[in-house]
This record gives sequence, C-alpha cells and structure tokens, in this order.
Amino acid sequence: MGTYKDILGAYEPKREYLVGAMQDIQERDGYISPQAISEAAEYFSISKSDIYSVVSFYAQFKFRKPGRHVIKVCKGTACHVRGSGSLLSALEERLKIKEGETTPDGAISLERVACLGACALAPAIVVDDKVHARLTLPELEKILKELK
Amino acid sequence: MEILKDLRESAKSVWREFSDGSKTRILVGAATCGRAAGASALMDEIKKECENLGISDKVDLHETACIGLCYAEPLVEIKSPGAPSVLYSKVSPKDIPVLMSEHVAGGRPVVSKAEAAMSDEPYEGITPFKEHPMIKLQHRIVLRNCGVIDPSSFEHYVARGGYEGFERALSMKPEDVIEEVKASGLRGRGGAGFSTGMKWGFARASQSKDKYIICNADEGDPGAFMDRSVLEGDPHSVIEGMMIAAYAIGANRGYIYVRSEYPLAIERLKLAIEQAERAGLLKRELPGGFNFEIKIKKGSGAFVCGEETSLMASIEGVRAMPRPKPPFPAVSGLFKKPTNINNVETLAAVSSIMRDGAASYAALGSEKSKGTKTFSLAGKIERTGLIEVPLGTRLGDIIEKIGGGCSDGKAFKAVQTGGPSGGCLTKEHFDLPVDYENLGAAGSIIGSGGMVVMNEDSCMVEVAKYFVNFTESESCGKCVPCRMGTQHCHRLLEKITSGEGEMEDIERLKKIAFTMKQSSLCGLGQTAPNPILTTLRYFEDEYVAHIKDKKCPAKACSKMVHFSVDAEKCRGCTMCARACPTGAASGSPKKVHSIDGEKCISCGACYQACRFGAIIRA
Repeated sequence: MGTYKDILGAYEPKREYLVGAMQDIQERDGYISPQAISEAAEYFSISKSDIYSVVSFYAQFKFRKPGRHVIKVCKGTACHVRGSGSLLSALEERLKIKEGETTPDGAISLERVACLGACALAPAIVVDDKVHARLTLPELEKILKELK
Repeated sequence: MEILKDLRESAKSVWREFSDGSKTRILVGAATCGRAAGASALMDEIKKECENLGISDKVDLHETACIGLCYAEPLVEIKSPGAPSVLYSKVSPKDIPVLMSEHVAGGRPVVSKAEAAMSDEPYEGITPFKEHPMIKLQHRIVLRNCGVIDPSSFEHYVARGGYEGFERALSMKPEDVIEEVKASGLRGRGGAGFSTGMKWGFARASQSKDKYIICNADEGDPGAFMDRSVLEGDPHSVIEGMMIAAYAIGANRGYIYVRSEYPLAIERLKLAIEQAERAGLLKRELPGGFNFEIKIKKGSGAFVCGEETSLMASIEGVRAMPRPKPPFPAVSGLFKKPTNINNVETLAAVSSIMRDGAASYAALGSEKSKGTKTFSLAGKIERTGLIEVPLGTRLGDIIEKIGGGCSDGKAFKAVQTGGPSGGCLTKEHFDLPVDYENLGAAGSIIGSGGMVVMNEDSCMVEVAKYFVNFTESESCGKCVPCRMGTQHCHRLLEKITSGEGEMEDIERLKKIAFTMKQSSLCGLGQTAPNPILTTLRYFEDEYVAHIKDKKCPAKACSKMVHFSVDAEKCRGCTMCARACPTGAASGSPKKVHSIDGEKCISCGACYQACRFGAIIRA
C-alpha cells in the first residue's frame, strides 16, 4: 500500500496522464519525493529513470521539501527592468539563503519564477500564493516581518 | 442554425438587468493584476459599507476582469439606475465610504476620483471612456468583453452575441468556414504570423478519424500578459473559437494547454467548459454530426512549449523537446494524428470574425497584416496595461499617445517587442507602422505582443544579457547551436558587463548569433540571438563604452557602478540605511551617512530610497 495510491488512482495508467498526476502530487506535498517517483513508476509501468527525466525537465517540479512559506520573485522582463533584481538581492541577504534554497529552520523558501503575467504592476512577488505588486524594498521588509 | 435559441432570450434579460438594471451596479476589476492591487480588500470593504448603510438589497456587486487600464488598478465601476456607469481608478479601501455614501447611496458621482464615464457624452464633466487617452486609438475585437462582462456568466457572453459565430459556422460547409477565415487575413497571433485559414486548410486536408485542436495558452514570453487577460476576462470567446476551428478541420477533440502560473485563468476556463457542456455545445452530437470535447492540460513551466512539436510532446507525457518538421502537425501531430494548434488571441478573434464576417476584420490593419493585435504595455511607461489596436498603428502613437510616454519624467531609450525572440527598437522607429513586415525589417518581431519600455536607466547590454540568460535556461538542450550558443553568448555578455570585455567579443557574439539563427532546430534557438543583434545594431556605442571605457552609460551594471554619499546633500534621514539589505549604508540619525564599499552589493536600494538626491552613483 503506497501513500500516493489515491492521487494516482484518479488517472488512467496512461503516459499522457503522468505529468498531471505528478502535478497533483506536488500540489499536496510541495515536492516530488523518491517514494512518489517509485510509486508512479509502478502505476504507469514506466521506469523510474524515465519518470525522473520527464519530471526534471519541467521547471515547476521540485525535489526538495519547500519551507512553510514560499516566496517567489518574478523574473519577467517588466519586473526585471523595474528592479526585481534588487528585491532578490535584498531577500537573499536578509534570509541568508540563495534562490532555490530554504532557510535552515524550514520557515521560508526563496524561488524565482518565470513571468507571473502581472507585468503592468511590476515588480511583483508571490508569497504563499498571494501576489504582491508594485513592491518596494520597505514593503518587502514589512512582508518579511509578518512571515517571521 | 440556432442551438442556443431558447437560451438567448433569457440571457438577454440577464444582461439587461446587469447592464441597465433597477439596482445600483458595482463592478470591481478582479483579474490577477486587480487582485494583486487589492481588489479583494475592496470587495470586502464594499460589502461592509453596504451593510452599514443598509443598502445591501439595492446593490448588485460583481467581479469583472481586466479592462486594460492596469496602471490605474484597482478599478471600481459604479452605475446608478438610469445613469451612465462611472469608472474610478486607484481606489483604496479608505475611498470606499465616500464612494458608497455619495455615488451609491446618493447617486452623485465623485468627480475627483473618476477616471472615465461609460457614456458617449461627458457625464457630470467626466470624460467618456472612448475619449480616454489610453482608449481613444484602440479598436477592441479580441478584448470586446474583457472588463465589460462578468467572466463567470455564460449568459453575459451569449447575450453579447456569443456563439453566434459558431452557429453561423455550423450552417456553412467547413471548407467555406476556412475560406472565410482566409479572407479575413487573420494571421497566427502566437508569434509566427502564419495565415490561420491556410493552416486550417492543411489540417482539413489530412484524412483521419481522430483530429485534434490545441489552444496554446502557455503564454511564455516574460513581460506579456495578453492571453492571461483574455482567458480571465472572456474565456468563452476562446472556447467558441476552438469549436469553430474544430468544425472547420473536422476535429473531435481539443486541448487547452495553459500555464500553471495562471491559476485564475484555469479556474475561469474550467467553469466556461462546464457551462458550454451544460448548454449542449460540447460533448454532444450537434446537427450535422459535430461532436467536440475540450480538456485542459496544465503546463509545467517550459518556454520551449511555444514550439508546436514540443507542446505536443508535453501533452503526450514526455520531455517537451521539439522534433524536425516535416511531418507538420497538420499531418502527424498529437498522438500521431492530424493536429492544429492556435494561440488564445487567434481563437478569440476567430469567434468574432465568424460572427461579423471576414470583411469588417479585413478592413482593419495594413496591407499584409490585417485586423487588430493586442499588446501588453509594461516596463517604464506611464500607462501600463493591455491594449488592442489595428495592425499598422504607428509605434510612437502606441508608446506616447496610448502609453503616455516614459514614466517618472525620464527619457525614452528603447522598447523591447516580441519577448526573448524579439528585439529592441528606438525612438527613430516611432514612425514605423507596427505590423509583421515592418517590425521584421527593423530586426524585431511582433511576437505575441509584449512591449516593455526602457528608459535612460536601462543598460541595453544588460538587457541583452537578461534575455540570453532566459533562453539559456529555457533551451531544451536537444540541439547544439541553441544549447551551446546561448551559453557562450551569456558568458560573453557577462564578461562585457563585468568590465572585462574585448572588442573581439562583439565579433564573437555576431558569429555565434549567425550560427544559431542558421542551424538551431526550432524557433527558440533561431530567434534567441535577436535581442543581442538588435541591441548591437542600435546601441553598439553602449557595448563599446563597457569594453573600452569600462563604464556602463546607464549606470545599471552592478559590477561597474559604485555608490557613495554626497555629504553636502545628506540630511541623515536614515532612509538609505533602512533600505540597504547588507548594512553597507549606515549612520546615526541627523548625521551624514556613509556606504561601506566592502559590504555594498550595488543593488541601488539606497539610490531609490534617498529623497534628497544624496546618493552618488558613478
């Protein structure tokens, strides 16, 4: 009895549903664990290495458990020219981690994402699925304080 | 053929009650950007205030989507019974009590907060919407319903002529539908600009029991949000377009491949598909044997899916890598069946073309580029937002008249069109008619319609580096010219922006760019050098300044710029110290501050924060 049976079982065991099932798994767990890959391999009758090669191709999938809060800095063009780089440097300095990492206490993960499509209100970041637009450094400080 | 005959009458009465009903109607712009700007808080505040004033039963509160004036978000529209609707901009929760007591309860518009009136004539001195500077030059076909209807209402779409285009198509022969789309002159709005009617013709000609229609809603260009706005604001226009395309080519199944970064768009699409199924438009055999179903596939973040063969690979559940063409998707596509892929905007235009006929669409635009095109205006421009103009509109009119020119009173430097596959254009191009041919000749592309404005503070070498960094990380790695080419270009640009460039590097860049253009497998690699080539063409002096003078003229490249404090101007307000993320800027209150060069990461936060111009950037 695996722990992903319910998620996988919602799909027919056909290759075209592989990515959708993995998206659901990540939605629940926040990442793709080795266990998830093993179970998906068995369910879809695809080798583990094949599944890993597919899943690792797409930027969306993570292989490490994210922090309790996730901060995503938009790297779209409009955000870039309106100073998202400064926001990212400030976050890296304040949190003492680099993009793609999680603070040692497991509280906050820092990610960069491709364009959020909120370009007209650049620069934008997403904190736990809430979009913060036209963000300034002092406002960023406020957001960080609230997270801690 | 009138499938929706009975429904249409009831939809019209729903629309009448919504657009000119007996209650005061309040609309809150709640697309992704509206929400980011605080629309949800406004909704709560409006509900609370309605209760306070005891008028909840007299108010009809709805969410709508993006009307395009993103710079003025959050937007609230209030319409008293029998009076024109008034659009209020940059509304904050503290404005709500006044708007509610004056306009909603009292019927008196608050002129000082009003952006426009939704009327033909000025109302109480408020400018009519169509005379608004951002709207005046626009012609809205694709965006006809965005920000006007409640996107979750099937009735609103139907009442405004929705699915009439499909009904008309169904009464014609599929071949005639294709001819009609050809006659409209519509070209693929995803970027390639290929004739939509011709593309459909190829898929029609392929014989197969199963054929697929795919809507590409994986809007990958950073800096572009046209498709998101259409999906969030008028999802049925895209579904109707897919149905027309399916009928024309003889497809029985459809996929909408949409970015997972667009959760609201996915939600609205799901609802719209359910509504269309319930109305008997999908998953049911219609007169003539047409039976079509649509599924949603969420993308997983791969820019290369802009390439048709990659997108299909992704739906099949493998790595999204392109393959050589032929065979073209029209012959052998998804699951090896004939497949037709169109972009969101193309399909939304199709539903309008089939309703109103090809002639009115073809009457707009320039000689070879017919109709209208949506553009997203972003970056350092006064009025950011979403617009739709006839193709052939002057570039300068888009930037200056519609967009209001550069923001913050700075000087315009360039506009980047077409995303990572496009290029940078300058003020000298302001007289250029924006269409496929003219932008192509200038070295750029229309692409999917992103326009990002840059001012004197943007370094064009750094911008080129930004784009090639993007294409480097998005290159799928299958073909060498793209995989290695983007890496080497990135490295060379990094070298130049670090002050270590040599003049030979410019030739090296050009040589790699040539190889990539000639020999990459797909569009990603073939167009990836465009940002480099156009910046070299129009801003070579900036490259030379980085290489020869070791200076970044825009003072944007962090490795070539240093910050210090002007002791004369510093008032000791501590703003720089508070903004500095590394503690490099420091000092006691009311004393002159200083910046520690060892700790400084040249992020520019102090420069932005200082209100006295006391930070020297050199």
